[in-house]
Amino acid sequence: MSIQQANRMLLLKLLAWGVGMFVFAIFIMPPIYDVFCEVTGLNGKTGSQYTPVSSEVDRSRSIRVQFIATNNETMPWQFKPMLQEIRVHPGEETEIRYFARNPTQSDMIGQAIPSVVPFKAAQYFHKTECFCFNYQPLLAGQSAELPLRFIVDQDIPKQIHTITLSYTMFDITETLGAENIIGLRNKVNTENKQEMLSHNIKIGAVAIISGR
Amino acid sequence: MAHGPAKGITRWLFTTNHKDIGSMYLWFSFMMFFLGGIFALVIRAELFEPGLQIVEPEFFNQMTTLHGLIMVFGAVMPAFVGLANWMIPMMVGAPDMALPRMNNWSFWILPFAFAMLVSTLFMEGGAPNFGWTFYAPLSTTYAPPSVTFFIFAVHIMGASSIMGAINIIATILNMRAPGMTLMKMPLFVWTWLITAYLLIAVMPVLAGVVTMMLMDIHFGTSFFDAAGGGDPVLFQHVFWFFGHPEVYIMILPAFGIISAIIPTFARKPLFGYASMVYATASIAFLSFIVWAHHMFTVGIPLVGELFFMYATMLIAVPTGVKVFNWITTMFKGSMTFETPMLFSVAFVILFTIGGFSGLMLAIAPADFQYHDTYFVVAHFHYVLVPGAIFSITAAVYYWLPKWCGNMYNELMGKTHFWLAFIGLNLTFFPMHFVGLAGMPRRIPDYALQFADFNMISSCGAFLFGAAQVLFLFNVLRTITVGKKASDEVWENPEGLEWSVPSPAPYHTFSTPPEVR
Amino acid sequence: MYKKAIQQYAWLLGMMVCTLASVALGATDSVERWGLNMTEGVTPLSKEIYGLHMQIFWWCVAIGVVVFGVMFYTMIVHRKENGAKSSNFHESTSLEVAWTVIPFVILIIMAFPATSSLIKIYDTSESELDIVITGYQWKWKYEYLNQGVTFFSNLATPKDEIYNRVAKNPNYLLEVDEPLIIPIHKKVRFLITANDVIHAWWVPDLAVKKDAIPGFINESWAYVEEPGVYRGQCAELCGKDHGFMPIVVKAVPENEYDLWLAEKREVAEKIRALTEKTFTFDELYERGKVVYEKNCVSCHQANGEGVPGVFPAIAGSAIATGVVNNHLEIVVNGSSKNVAMQAFRDQLPEPDIAAVITYQRNAFGNNMGDSLQPIDVLNYKNK
Repeated sequence: MSIQQANRMLLLKLLAWGVGMFVFAIFIMPPIYDVFCEVTGLNGKTGSQYTPVSSEVDRSRSIRVQFIATNNETMPWQFKPMLQEIRVHPGEETEIRYFARNPTQSDMIGQAIPSVVPFKAAQYFHKTECFCFNYQPLLAGQSAELPLRFIVDQDIPKQIHTITLSYTMFDITETLGAENIIGLRNKVNTENKQEMLSHNIKIGAVAIISGR
Repeated sequence: MAHGPAKGITRWLFTTNHKDIGSMYLWFSFMMFFLGGIFALVIRAELFEPGLQIVEPEFFNQMTTLHGLIMVFGAVMPAFVGLANWMIPMMVGAPDMALPRMNNWSFWILPFAFAMLVSTLFMEGGAPNFGWTFYAPLSTTYAPPSVTFFIFAVHIMGASSIMGAINIIATILNMRAPGMTLMKMPLFVWTWLITAYLLIAVMPVLAGVVTMMLMDIHFGTSFFDAAGGGDPVLFQHVFWFFGHPEVYIMILPAFGIISAIIPTFARKPLFGYASMVYATASIAFLSFIVWAHHMFTVGIPLVGELFFMYATMLIAVPTGVKVFNWITTMFKGSMTFETPMLFSVAFVILFTIGGFSGLMLAIAPADFQYHDTYFVVAHFHYVLVPGAIFSITAAVYYWLPKWCGNMYNELMGKTHFWLAFIGLNLTFFPMHFVGLAGMPRRIPDYALQFADFNMISSCGAFLFGAAQVLFLFNVLRTITVGKKASDEVWENPEGLEWSVPSPAPYHTFSTPPEVR
Repeated sequence: MYKKAIQQYAWLLGMMVCTLASVALGATDSVERWGLNMTEGVTPLSKEIYGLHMQIFWWCVAIGVVVFGVMFYTMIVHRKENGAKSSNFHESTSLEVAWTVIPFVILIIMAFPATSSLIKIYDTSESELDIVITGYQWKWKYEYLNQGVTFFSNLATPKDEIYNRVAKNPNYLLEVDEPLIIPIHKKVRFLITANDVIHAWWVPDLAVKKDAIPGFINESWAYVEEPGVYRGQCAELCGKDHGFMPIVVKAVPENEYDLWLAEKREVAEKIRALTEKTFTFDELYERGKVVYEKNCVSCHQANGEGVPGVFPAIAGSAIATGVVNNHLEIVVNGSSKNVAMQAFRDQLPEPDIAAVITYQRNAFGNNMGDSLQPIDVLNYKNK
């Protein structure tokens, strides 16, 4: 093999390595990060919908669960927990509600993003039903009570006495288009996070392949 | 092969000669160094005293952003690539770089990238204003429209760096003269080989992160937007996965330069050559598992925080080995202190001080107080200015006689050194104090208790800037009217580059040299 | 030629020394100047962190003395001009093993206290008071959980001081209109999040620095032992006025804290009463000017001209000179086109919104002549 050929071979190998790292950064790192977050509770991310396994309720101790609501940016909705905190026994399924009202003159779609502290508690906080699993469409002036059902795992470490659950309400009307609001009303139980992720990858792939 | 350079502008546009391309890289980085320096002086002028005097906060943020980007991608990295272009073929006994035409492209796309970046200053909404670390969502949802040009410019810089790195690896692996085994290569070649691998591993990640930004801004994805299931913290993880190795990209070649200069002026072989190679490799490896120490306050679970703290502290070990090796090289030598040696000695001292503050920053609980203050600014300027800039300056003084055949003026060189040394310490040492006393970084105006040290910093910055003008003058004067240099230039320096005449002919080692 | 250059540099250096000397001698005001070191702080944790910082610092000094000592010794003694002959050694396995192992041992010694402090910092359990802190461009919101108290905290330094038109007061840039009040001798937990971009809540005396990230929540805590006023700043670049969103924490004894809480609730009640009141045009205009200067000038500027391409003007704008409901809409609910225009629905009480809209419609040459009452705002909000 001549030096020129050797150089060209090496060039191709290294270029492939570079392209590989690029693909790694865009297509591998974000999903890995998401999985990592769910496992470790990084950023207080909670898992997706939980199917309860029948188990004993641990009545010997109780955990304080606090609820917080934040509006992001220009989100004009009234958004607050209807209960500020509650004491629950591990293993017990509890339902609480948030209140949301769209005071504007236009139809809007909201998306609530959950976050839990302490991070350690995130993996023991299971949601069997949550308004954060769905888009939340509200017509102009409309209000709604948004349900959340959860179970605190029996295996939660003894040193955790308080769990704080925060929801941030984002305005995603523009992203989804207000005209879709009716269709969205009936669309429930999508795991929007996974959906968005595949959406990311799909759009990303299209953008790259079409050379944009 | 015996023909000389072409005439006129086409010599530079179409050249595939490693010496021409090296010179272009070096001059380009010199220009960028002055441009980035002017931006830095705007910052220091505004911070001379409390209150807003010269620029508005909006423009101030553009200055900090452009200063960082231009110094990192425009001054330091191209300067090292320029040195690699000039020296690596001559050090390994190769006639030229392995892929000369790609070499031409990798240089010539750079001016376009930076023209685009600087032109954002004149766009509506101004230049990027989100810091050189461009954290989302400040750099996505809240960015000025010019962010798209910034992204494109970063893509081009990345492509240039990757092509440069591939060329360097191919040259080192395939083009060495017979007998030049890997463990006989000068350390500058070794450190560049490792740097080039780092570049290929992380520049695509940078390209990836800006691509994700671009898609978030224009194509409706939400990698970094919580509303769509993304996460702004993901940006920081991906960015620093690039960013930390990037820091070593800017310092490893400097280690190589210093390892060439100190033995020459101590008249004694480098101590612990093999351990230097291994230390460089371990630093490069560790650089991939410490990124989250830039994000200690972002909210990482305890276990993660501990892992990144321990890993970061570990870097002190191989770095310490290098410093001890340089000092032992000087020990029982027969030292003289010409300008390159002065810069190298200052490098060892000041880089070590930067290493100390780095160790302090690694301690996560204490980092909660240091993070994003001027203490951090002091730290990374102590490793980058004496680290990268001083080593590049030392390299220029050391090899300039070989490049142009003329000797620089020693008195002017030493004056340059002392002015730069004093200016640097006046500028950056007080930053440790204001940082510890509680001054956050990236602010255009500050509370009164920080006023005195900031005034000293600003004076030092202008002194440092003036010293660089003297440097430029000295270089120009050397090239035009300098005294003729001998072929060896220094007393028994080691390396193949000294075996060719001064100035180095347009084509060297067309027939491979004998390596003992 | 060089002589002249040297002369000029000597002159420059001289000038600098003079400036510095005059600065040093002139340092007589009440600000603590020339601060060199980290604060010890006022919580057990901040003192521990300070101790850790000093411990690592002295390790570094000790290592520095040894390393630089050897280096300077060799630079002075082993010079060619002193007749030093160079030896030729370039390897020593024992030496190299030693300077790999010794630093490693020192690092392990450092890691122990660091780990134990970190574990304590992460123990946020058993808090007695929880405060939600939300970072906004460019102010902080404090919400006392379960206490019914929420307020915004803005920079209180006047523009005149920033632009050097009047003398700066000692707490320049470190003063707010409403400080965060916390009781001493209680474990206070901070729940930190953000509304727009990433901010970081930092008070050095409390040794608390935590990023505020939109969509996510972080926590930290403090147990303050001494009453006092502790000042901090935003520590993450968050846009134009990153340098102008200070934090002031006032730690007070518990009874004082309870009094303050009660007073705070009373004030809220009063504002509710004000909402019922009918204001005259002049009252609205005057009040509106104050509200405008506190909340709007940083973007729309004091002259209402905005910043071209970034922040729209109010002077002569379509909204400020158009239908009043559109004006209300953008102030109350924010702009969906420009994220910098926040929703002031919860940030300002009704009288302030009514006043600032009245002001904007009649200042800067807008001269619309109309005005708005707090009750109109309330009705609009509840529509």
